Amino acid sequence: MSFGIVTDLILGQMVLGLVNGVFYAILSLGLAIIFGLLGVINFAHGVFFMLGAFLAYMLGATLGIGYWGALLIAPLLVGLLGILVEFALVRFLYRIEHLYGLLLTLGLALAIEGLIRVVFGQQGLPYSIPPSLRGAINLGFMTLPLYRAWVVVGGILVCLATWLLIERTPLGAKLRAATDNPRLTQAFGINVPLMRTITYAGGVALAALGGVMAAPMMTVDPAMGTNIVIIVFAVVVIGGMGSILGSIVTGLGLGLLEGLAKATVPAASSTVIFVAMVAILILRPRGLFGKMT
Amino acid sequence: MSDTTLTPPATETPEILGFTRPRAIAFALFAAAIVVLPWLIYPVFLMKVYCFIIFACAYNLLLGYSGLMSFGHAAFFGAGGYLCGHAATQWGLPFELAVLTGTGTGALLGLVFGWIAIRREGLYFGMITLALAQMVYFIALRAPFTGGEDGIQSVPRGSLLGVIDLSSNTALYWTLAVIVLAVLMLYNRIVHSPFGQVLRAIRNNPERARSLGVDIDRYKLAAFVISAALSGFAAALKVIVFGIATLSDVALNISTEVVLITLVGGIGTIFGPVVGSFIILLLEQFLAPYGPWVLLIQGIVFMLFVLLFRQGLIGEMQRRFGLRL
Repeated sequence: MSFGIVTDLILGQMVLGLVNGVFYAILSLGLAIIFGLLGVINFAHGVFFMLGAFLAYMLGATLGIGYWGALLIAPLLVGLLGILVEFALVRFLYRIEHLYGLLLTLGLALAIEGLIRVVFGQQGLPYSIPPSLRGAINLGFMTLPLYRAWVVVGGILVCLATWLLIERTPLGAKLRAATDNPRLTQAFGINVPLMRTITYAGGVALAALGGVMAAPMMTVDPAMGTNIVIIVFAVVVIGGMGSILGSIVTGLGLGLLEGLAKATVPAASSTVIFVAMVAILILRPRGLFGKMT
Repeated sequence: MSDTTLTPPATETPEILGFTRPRAIAFALFAAAIVVLPWLIYPVFLMKVYCFIIFACAYNLLLGYSGLMSFGHAAFFGAGGYLCGHAATQWGLPFELAVLTGTGTGALLGLVFGWIAIRREGLYFGMITLALAQMVYFIALRAPFTGGEDGIQSVPRGSLLGVIDLSSNTALYWTLAVIVLAVLMLYNRIVHSPFGQVLRAIRNNPERARSLGVDIDRYKLAAFVISAALSGFAAALKVIVFGIATLSDVALNISTEVVLITLVGGIGTIFGPVVGSFIILLLEQFLAPYGPWVLLIQGIVFMLFVLLFRQGLIGEMQRRFGLRL
């Protein structure tokens, strides 16, 4: 093999890795925002990602709503569900130990995954790529399926939009204030409980958006949420949950790393993120972007 | 972890080996149940329950008494089971040494996990252990000696001390009965020993414990290794009982199951693991024919207990009747 072919292979795998990285970024972003304000690690985050994919499938199968419609409707529906979940379950956890937040959302994850399995069976379901995004583009070193290119571009735009929303808008300013000091923020007349509801709903809607984007690439499968949320936990440990931009960069970076591993040591590709987590914990325990505590 | 919901009421002085009177009565009741139950329930199922009681004791020692939340106990359980199965089938080790191999594997893996995870606290600790366990799962999936999807099959039961043939369910049942009672005593002893007191001090107020000169990381690591070793021990016994070690023992659902058992029984109680194991395993046994309903019901039970009975059944009984179980 010539040097050029090897670099092409590595570059190609890294671009494909970036696609996964986009999902890691979207999910770890939501996880970090929710944790920041609610103090709850949302174990159910992966399940909402999976729900996004299933809703896309259902909208298509029952109402004939296509990909672009699903991209809008599925996150809205999951966001509504998020409001319900925050209102009925999660808000009872704010005054008790953080541990119970993880246990409750773990239970929620099991229940939703169980329900989906009861209704749809254990098998994965197919979801096809929308006609407008079929085909491929030639990047010189590889031909990239158009759909994956869209996921990278669209996903990064979504991440940046979320970042702008939080850092550059009045709503984001309130959110940051409430994260920093909820009692003082409340004293200024900002409705912090409402902020929490909005944040939880927004975070899980973001996860669902990721799920819709993932649907045409992966089979729509009840286990897809739990599988990805464990990886995202490792991503969060590596990046630290202190910074929004940090979550995005870490997610994308780890996707690239995974691609690199796939091209060079294929056997290690499923564990490389965990290995990276161990390395970070040994070298820099607070995480890449974590604050000193 | 400054809130106090996990903290049980102040401990009174334990009597003999950590046994207060109500606790001694409960222990005698459990021993009596062990004697009677095989006439009512299939012994193999009971043996499975006993293995999970040991596993849940291991887990509760960590979560309930040290305040460390691990989501990675499937790794110790799975690895302990695999190595026990491997030792018994491939190396031809007798029962005792095979189980010891499983226990040692759990301890060793616990040492590695603990060394890595103790660098972070609280929720991060949970996420790290979960991720590490997933890594072990992927390794088990690919490693040649685990037999991939088939697992390690027809693990011989061997004999106890070379004398009692364990291939009969009766002999194995009474062996396990003695073991589970011994483990429960040991668990109670550890919890109420000076070592256990230090663990609780660390759980309740790490900063104060540190200021009193306690090397808290070392204590946490010790608790973690003991818990992992005991988990490996439980898994090794389960492999001996069923004669098979599979991927399902190293998968996430084992970690969530032991958390659920501990939560339902009572976090930070001595008899919580006993009650929790019986309830959850019976529930699963009844629901088994309905497939994915198990997951749905498990999830609902999880949420119910977190929201309504955070102390678990034993914890709730302690609160209502002022007992120390």
